[in-house]
Amino acid sequence: MSVFAFYLFAICVIAGGLFTVVSRNPVHSVLWLILAFLSAAGLFVLLGAEFVAMLLIIVYVGAVAVLFLFVVMMLDVDFAALKAEMAKYMPLALLIGVVILMQFVMAFGAWESNAAAEGLRAQVTPTDRHNTEALGLILYDQYFLLFQLSGLILLVAMIGAIVLTLRHRSDIKRQDVLAQMYRDPAKAMELRDVKPGQGL
Amino acid sequence: MESIILFAPLVGALLCGFGWKIMGETAAMWVATGLLFLSAILSWVVFLTFDPTAHAGGHYTVSILRWIESGTLSTDWAIRMDRLTAIMLIVITTVSALVHLYSFGYMAHDDNWREGEVYRPRFFAYLSFFTFAMLMLVTADNLVQMFFGWEGVGVASYLLIGFYYRKPSANAAAIKAFVVNRVGDFGFALGIFALFFLVDSVNFADVFAAASTLAETQLTFLWTSWNAAELIAFLLFIGAMGKSAQLILHTWLPDAMEGPTPVSALIHAATMVTAGVFLVCRMSPIMEFAPHATAFITVLGATTAFFAATVGLVQTDIKRVIAYSTCSQLGYMFVAAGVGLYSVAMFHLFTHAFFKAMLFLGAGSVIHAMHHEQDMTNYGGLRKKIPYTFWAMMIGTLAITGVGIPLTGWIGFAGFASKDAVIEGAYAGTQGGYAFWLLVIAALFTSFYSWRLMFLTFFGEARGDRHTHEHAHESPMTMLIPLGVLALGATFAGAIWYSSFFGKTNEVAKFFGTHYATPGTEEAAAFAAANPKASELKYAFDGAPGEGGIYVAPDNHILHEAHYVPTWVKLSPFVAMLLGLGIAIWFYLINPSLPGRLAENQRPLYLFLKNKWYFDELYDAIFVKPAIGIGRVFWRKGDGNVIDGAINGVAMGIVPFFTRLAGRAQSGYIFTYAFWMVVGIAVLITWMSIGGGAE
Amino acid sequence: MVAADLSVILPEILLSVFAMAALLAGVYGGKDRWAPMLVWAASAAMLLIAAFIGLRGAPGAVAFGGMFVDDAFSRFAKIVVLVSAAAVLAMSQDYMQRRGILRFEYPILIVLAAVGMMMMVSAGDLMALYMGLELQSLALYVVASLRRDSAKSTEAGLKYFVLGALSSGLLLYGASLVYGYTGTTLFSGIVQVAGQGDISLGLLFGLVFVIAGLAFKVSAVPFHMWTPDVYEGAPTPVTAFFATAPKVAAMALFARVLHDAFGGAVRDWSQVIALLSVLSMFLGAIAAIGQTNIKRLMAYSSIAHMGYALIGLAAGTALGVQALLVYMAIYVTMNVGTFAFILMMERDGQPVTDINALRMYSRREPARALAMLILLFSLAGVPPMLGFFAKLAVWQAGLDAGLVWLVVASAVASAIGAFYYLRIVFYMYFGEEDGDEVETNTSPVLYAFLMGSAAIMVLGIANMFGVDQAAAAAAAVLVN
Repeated sequence: MSVFAFYLFAICVIAGGLFTVVSRNPVHSVLWLILAFLSAAGLFVLLGAEFVAMLLIIVYVGAVAVLFLFVVMMLDVDFAALKAEMAKYMPLALLIGVVILMQFVMAFGAWESNAAAEGLRAQVTPTDRHNTEALGLILYDQYFLLFQLSGLILLVAMIGAIVLTLRHRSDIKRQDVLAQMYRDPAKAMELRDVKPGQGL
Repeated sequence: MESIILFAPLVGALLCGFGWKIMGETAAMWVATGLLFLSAILSWVVFLTFDPTAHAGGHYTVSILRWIESGTLSTDWAIRMDRLTAIMLIVITTVSALVHLYSFGYMAHDDNWREGEVYRPRFFAYLSFFTFAMLMLVTADNLVQMFFGWEGVGVASYLLIGFYYRKPSANAAAIKAFVVNRVGDFGFALGIFALFFLVDSVNFADVFAAASTLAETQLTFLWTSWNAAELIAFLLFIGAMGKSAQLILHTWLPDAMEGPTPVSALIHAATMVTAGVFLVCRMSPIMEFAPHATAFITVLGATTAFFAATVGLVQTDIKRVIAYSTCSQLGYMFVAAGVGLYSVAMFHLFTHAFFKAMLFLGAGSVIHAMHHEQDMTNYGGLRKKIPYTFWAMMIGTLAITGVGIPLTGWIGFAGFASKDAVIEGAYAGTQGGYAFWLLVIAALFTSFYSWRLMFLTFFGEARGDRHTHEHAHESPMTMLIPLGVLALGATFAGAIWYSSFFGKTNEVAKFFGTHYATPGTEEAAAFAAANPKASELKYAFDGAPGEGGIYVAPDNHILHEAHYVPTWVKLSPFVAMLLGLGIAIWFYLINPSLPGRLAENQRPLYLFLKNKWYFDELYDAIFVKPAIGIGRVFWRKGDGNVIDGAINGVAMGIVPFFTRLAGRAQSGYIFTYAFWMVVGIAVLITWMSIGGGAE
Repeated sequence: MVAADLSVILPEILLSVFAMAALLAGVYGGKDRWAPMLVWAASAAMLLIAAFIGLRGAPGAVAFGGMFVDDAFSRFAKIVVLVSAAAVLAMSQDYMQRRGILRFEYPILIVLAAVGMMMMVSAGDLMALYMGLELQSLALYVVASLRRDSAKSTEAGLKYFVLGALSSGLLLYGASLVYGYTGTTLFSGIVQVAGQGDISLGLLFGLVFVIAGLAFKVSAVPFHMWTPDVYEGAPTPVTAFFATAPKVAAMALFARVLHDAFGGAVRDWSQVIALLSVLSMFLGAIAAIGQTNIKRLMAYSSIAHMGYALIGLAAGTALGVQALLVYMAIYVTMNVGTFAFILMMERDGQPVTDINALRMYSRREPARALAMLILLFSLAGVPPMLGFFAKLAVWQAGLDAGLVWLVVASAVASAIGAFYYLRIVFYMYFGEEDGDEVETNTSPVLYAFLMGSAAIMVLGIANMFGVDQAAAAAAAVLVN
């Protein structure tokens, strides 16, 4: 059963990746990508890492892929023209692809991990805990440094996004939250008695 | 004080050469001259107060700085102060100071330069620089420093010979001097290498200490086994031959007269050309162990003396006559050094510096008076027009021809004392052989051509351009004072220092700081028994190599023997001088048409002499023409076609092709770049799995 | 345990805290008006941290289970990185302010990039390596497109970002192959496994991919193609930054990975590095000939120089690593001076990058022209200058390791490369003026950097101020 499920998800991941690249419509590409993410999540479930599987769905499918969709729809990229240019390289690219593929067949055909590898791999994982808990332990304890560095990387990404996109324009009206909050009727309103037929 | 003597000329050269724009032309020249006079005065102080017996080993060393430190090669820049150095110091600085002063007048107006061109500070800077390099040479306490000075004077000589750089002949002469000297320098350098190879040091102290060992060492050079001392002595002498214009390598010296006359006086008469003699005397500890090499030096020196004197007989250019005379006198010095009379070689060097500088400066004065006319056939009757110059030249001629009271040994002009000493030494050293006779004949010729010069220039009728003769004028005081000072030296130097250089063994030994054995030693007794004439032998040299200024081996008794040569030998140079004078009077005063007729009758001989024994033509055919031919082939074919062709082909064809290719690959498209990255990966993986360590 | 670990990474922490404090100050304080002050503060902070690293106690600590290594090697690289980053930052203030692109985020991004580089050179683990690399790269992507109104600058940033992402992908793929084979990401673990006799093809492929990822960062051929476009498009001070600190960090990381993690497989990677080296040297030399834009020229120059430096790495010996470090230190010094000169080039207040504008420059500015001449001679490797001794060091290391062909090839390449450096000298001293001459910015800071760098190129021959001894000590730690 699990073997069947593995091959199903694996084939879906590969197909999803392939069609992401080859499909003509960029929106379709993103949808194929979502399929690939979902299948990968399925693979994680099969491995018993349900937390990571859920993260994949929530973060990648829910946030990243949807953002991609927005971007793709907002940008009017003429993919056809780019593809025409790329077609020139097609024969050579195919050749290179075949060469690399051959090399990998050679490499993975004779794949054999080092004898000590399995032991080293298992060494870092706490065995007596639930995998979500273990993940937390590793992340916040053993890999504390890396976690903090990731935080710095995200900070840089944020700064970068702001630096490159935020523009201060003086000619547009802006919402001033504080001004709104400290507004009181006495200052904002003036009651006038309007007499009929006269106006102000 | 020694450092001041050494560096004052350098400071002068730098200040004058680079500072004249700030100081002004005249001030710069006075600075250079003043510093040289300072140097000269200090040199005399050092020379007169120097007492070799006050220092261990007859010398002391003033260290200036550590110079080269590489492996076992360790040389300091230091001053070795001994009698030899002291003599050279006064010769160099005195003549140089006087030549500086003289140049004020001589270089004042020069047709070789355009209006407004500044050339005098440059000239003075070169002169001062030369003096510095020469002092470096003579004060060296190791061979490398000496070689530095040796090349330094070569450079200065090159610059000064080619001073009139607009004249092609001056440039050619400068190059010739440089190239010919290079041949000699090659020998000198090989000698230094051989010494370093065997002794593992280039310091004189170490080299001299090893001299006796060298004499027992065999050295393979050019596939032949040589005695090390002989080989080194010979190689060093090749260097000396180049610098001192000895036969085979002499051709540059007459051509060097293209330089201004003060240069000829300083460099090509009094100082630089005597560096070879100095080298042989300095290396006397090695020479004493090399009998074959010194025999060669004797023969070559004598031959040069004779050869140059014969050529001098027929030259008409006043400076060339004196140049050949210099060449000839250098031969005398080498004969003295070759037979082992180093003190006499230095004696002749010393006196020759005075009278030869004087002759040159006098000739310069004549040339100056005659508006740069140098051909003696256009002179005549100048005695009245330029009397001071005439008397100066007369004293110089009396000195060079060796006028004095015969048999007294020392009462006479400077040349009399020293030249007679050389000839007596040659007789004693070669038992009346080849060298002695050549020197006597050369003395006759010397007398003839010197008087011929005097008679052609100052006596008889005025010849040549009448206008020039009418305007002939006496030189200014700046030129006459040096002549006067040198006249003193040319007159008295021989008599005053006769006993120091060529006196009794103990006097000479004391003067040079060499150790000597007092009577009663076995050596003295043995010598007395072997030589009945030497019954008065009281003293004998028995110093160790490297002690004092010169080294005389204990079995070298030439100095003693030279005093006891037969009377006819002592008289021979005087007779030769009188004979030469008589012939000159007959040829040029009594019967002036005779020389012309003689030249007609003996045309082949005349042409042979006139063309300097065809040395230049011979070298031209053997060396210069083939060298030019080979050079042309390499230049046209090798350089032009092969190297330039290949470089241009690569630089103009292949490289730009790749440049265009690289430019095209840089398309600007991201996917191109990404594509090349993937290609790179593919190549690297393939490279790794085929050629790599994948088993 | 944690306290001990934290004290090891104290310099990194301090610099990060400074960056965040500066960010807060910038956001809540004077915004861009405070930018010049922040530039100087950041520059000073980096210098202080460099001094702190140089002066603190004996190196040799390992933190976070081997992920972070603080040894003489990392300290040498960090000091070079921080000092060069501080220098470039100080040079950029005037230029960027006058062009109106001096945002207060700029110094902060540079500082964060420096933190990333410090992590890179101290990495003892593939993951830490990647984190440091990304922190650095991300900051660089942003500063490359800082002049966001210029199409070229934006394009430069985007190209750099996309290709950088690809290279990160290659690196990660390689890392996963390595992990798959060895079962660990720690260098100390990998070296134990990879050092034992035969290495499987899979691990070798992993190694090649890691090398490719790193080769992108040092812009070695054929992973170099972003370099000219990014150098040209980015604002000149940013280009100066690209050409200095990140190159040192990436090169140090390169050496760290290859020696620490794959020290047992020197024979395998040495040939790959040699190939990258020879390709870089020749492409850098040949492609630069066609360039008239001095920034593009410097891009190819840096490609070629990375090729020479890689000879030291290809040697695979301690001598080689020492030569590499000395080379990088000298290279960075030369580039700081050269870029100080390029930053000075302007006409009517606008920057000029065409080398034709330098014709007869020596007549107008003899002192600057002379300094630039010295720097160009040094870059070309003309003997009396320090740049020659840098090349000599890697050549000696190469010969020592038996890579004669590589050394000969590099000599040929440097002869070809000398052409384009000397062409600038030719323009400055002999070219004919055609009326479009460059004027010179009179900023004293730039002048000081130009003259100082040129002076070091001459004075360094006599005394390298202990750089060579420090590099020897650093190399001894890495290769044993």
